[in-house]
Amino acid sequence: MAALGRVLLILGLVVALYGIGASLHGARSGQLEWVQSGRRAVYTLAALMTLAFAILEDAFLRSDFSFNVVSSASSTTTPTFYKLAAAWSTQQGSLLLWVFLLSLWSSLILFLTRNRVREIAPYATAVLLGFGAFFVSLTVFFASPFGTTANPPLQGAGLDPLLLHASMMIHPPMLYSGYTLLTIPFAFAVGALVTGRLGNEWIAVTRRFALAAWLVLGIGILLGARWSYTELGWGGYWAWDPVENAALMPWLCVTAFIHSIMIQEKRGMLKIWNVSLILGSSTLAILGTFLVRSGVLDSIHAFGASTLGIPFVILIGAMVAVSIALVTARREVLRSEARLDSLLSREAVFLFQNLVLVAMVAVVFWITFFPLISEAITGTKVSVGPPAFRPFIVPLALVLVALSGIGPLIAWRRVTAANLRRNFTIPVAVGAATCVVLLLASNAAARPFALIMFSLGAFVLASVAQELWRGTAARRASTRDPVPVAFVRLIGRNRRRYGGYIAHAGLAVLLIGVAASSSFAHSRDVILSPGQSAGVGGYQVQYVRPVEHVTNAKVSFGAVLDLSKGGKHVSTLTTTRGFYPAPNDPGLGPISDAFNGQADSNVGLRAGLTRDIWTVVNPDLTPLQSEITAGDRAFLKLMTSLTPAQARQPAVIDWIRYYRAQAIAGLAARYVSHPWPIEFLLIVSPMVTWIWLGALIIAFGGLIALWPIPLRARRRAPARGSARQPAAAPSPPVPVRETVY
Amino acid sequence: MDPSRKRAIRLTVALTAALLLASALVWTSFAAGQKELTASQLLSQAKPGQSYVLAGTVLAGSVRHVGTALIFRVRDPALEVSVPVIYRGIVPDPFAAGRGVLVTVRKQGTSFVGEQNSLTT
Repeated sequence: MAALGRVLLILGLVVALYGIGASLHGARSGQLEWVQSGRRAVYTLAALMTLAFAILEDAFLRSDFSFNVVSSASSTTTPTFYKLAAAWSTQQGSLLLWVFLLSLWSSLILFLTRNRVREIAPYATAVLLGFGAFFVSLTVFFASPFGTTANPPLQGAGLDPLLLHASMMIHPPMLYSGYTLLTIPFAFAVGALVTGRLGNEWIAVTRRFALAAWLVLGIGILLGARWSYTELGWGGYWAWDPVENAALMPWLCVTAFIHSIMIQEKRGMLKIWNVSLILGSSTLAILGTFLVRSGVLDSIHAFGASTLGIPFVILIGAMVAVSIALVTARREVLRSEARLDSLLSREAVFLFQNLVLVAMVAVVFWITFFPLISEAITGTKVSVGPPAFRPFIVPLALVLVALSGIGPLIAWRRVTAANLRRNFTIPVAVGAATCVVLLLASNAAARPFALIMFSLGAFVLASVAQELWRGTAARRASTRDPVPVAFVRLIGRNRRRYGGYIAHAGLAVLLIGVAASSSFAHSRDVILSPGQSAGVGGYQVQYVRPVEHVTNAKVSFGAVLDLSKGGKHVSTLTTTRGFYPAPNDPGLGPISDAFNGQADSNVGLRAGLTRDIWTVVNPDLTPLQSEITAGDRAFLKLMTSLTPAQARQPAVIDWIRYYRAQAIAGLAARYVSHPWPIEFLLIVSPMVTWIWLGALIIAFGGLIALWPIPLRARRRAPARGSARQPAAAPSPPVPVRETVY
Repeated sequence: MDPSRKRAIRLTVALTAALLLASALVWTSFAAGQKELTASQLLSQAKPGQSYVLAGTVLAGSVRHVGTALIFRVRDPALEVSVPVIYRGIVPDPFAAGRGVLVTVRKQGTSFVGEQNSLTT
């Protein structure tokens, strides 16, 4: 099967290269059959990559250790669910996943546009196949997922314990889907630039793909944050790790794009800006892929040092050079059709929002790459760490939230005093009232940035609620529908607009959670014996009793904790730390080997709307050390006393394994029978749940905006929208139709 | 106001803001940054009593728990050079042989003692 996989990859490379040639020849000569042949090459590539990926997954499911990637990242004891995910935990498998997803999305867009954008599509096909050829060639020449060994091991190394988490099944495919979806607007933007057809056509056909990229990349980022919070045992959800930043940068950039294209669609403005944003987003997505794979910056997500850095640098360099050359060559065609009428207009708010997002990208880029920049300038790597982000990101985030509340309220072209009064009075009053109440009734004044974020968040929620209410009321007035029906139909008939507003509300909820949890968390690092308690954030945490659990995979030591407040029982939490064996370490004995591998934390968490109580145990195994050393000596003495023939007998091997397991179980039992003081990290963090709720609301809003519009509604809708007043306008009914392309 | 003059003012304001942000970023980065040394740089430059940020990968087969201390060697990614580190404090879950780490250390004899809770992966 591995040989078939290798053949499929080589065929994929040949098909991709053929498709590039056919598409370009078809575009130049105007011969439709060559264009169609190029498109079919994309479909063929998708079929080949689907088959190749299926072969790889099958090898993981069968635990076929003749595949090098299977023996390095899976084992017979790995649960089936995680065997599937193990395929993309390796460098080679993840590259195959990348090209597999790319070929699927490319096929989808080319099928949907088979009768549209005829001039642009062949060039876009060539660009998409160029990406395909690049990634297939990486799997053919640099990191083959189908590398095999003649002498397969009986057992594989198993999946990294930290990846044994449900979100890891979804997180990487989401990120890769986001990255690969971003190549589609990139390819069509390049096609539009080459052909000079720089109207709204290329935006119309790729807008949903950009929105889908934004949505799945955002979900991927949030799943990663959730994994970090519940699995990594440090109590945080965002560490400004280089690979986290690598996903955040294209997401911020495409967020700017999906807003600014509305100005081009409505006013014919910002064409250079939009083209540059999408070219930049896709380049940043490739940069993110490069960061994970090159080992150029240290990160827990990285696959380590590899030889893939140079090909990626060449690809990124080519993307930047082509983007700059094309935009420069087409600058005359890209001139705006209109000018900004006023700085107090919706277009201006969108523009400010774009500038804030791009400034955030610049900050994240600079600080992430600063170790490399400083090394290039001074010869020494200098790291600045997470605190360096805050002075820049926090004020920018505050401005962003404010603009996300102002945007839905302000009129296009030019605002009037009446518009300001009508639309801003209630939201501003809600924001101001929130600020006053928090100042009087809480200690929020101690954290001014958090206080401002809470107030602005309230302002955004009020502005979205007002828009939804006014829209529903206007619809109800014209249709006599009951309120819930009018509300649902309002959103259903104008999904892009109201989906966007709901996403704004989600952003406000999410950032309120971030501000509260990062400003008002209480954290304590304590050492407790059974029966002892420690206070944190108004709660008492009592170490009730130790617990242990031994499996073939790991030995876990933990604690049952009683959580109380004001003398009243609140909850019982259990936290454990699992110790995995250290494989292939000749310096360790047969017993000490079981306690010196990687460790993972099982967090004891009580999550709630107002606060999370997060606990993790860090057991010190020193009191077991003398027994572990004695066990090592006893087993080594036993094993050296065996003759080579005895040592090979299965019954003897089983006997030794059994007694080793008994010895480890006995040591674990001692942790419970003779407990000693152990270390705990206790955190009471307010409103963390708001982050996950906010993310869900954003995803819901994104889905509404992305959901296909029924054909009936599409036929009724105009071909091109005109500048609209916001829903607040009193007499004309609220527009209930969406601009559809 | 003349529209072209208005545009020039807006452009000047935007460029000034961008320049201020860029200057603040550069200044903050160089002022707040800490030098990351590799194992070989640390061996040649370290003086007793001074603290340094050591960056590298954990050498396979070097991780030991001795009492409350975690002992491991950090390898220079480019060279076959490694230095021993004695560390006490919170060990991040991703810590493992072969993983990239950053740890603040001080020279003590031939070893390097890690600052408590300074280990990151």
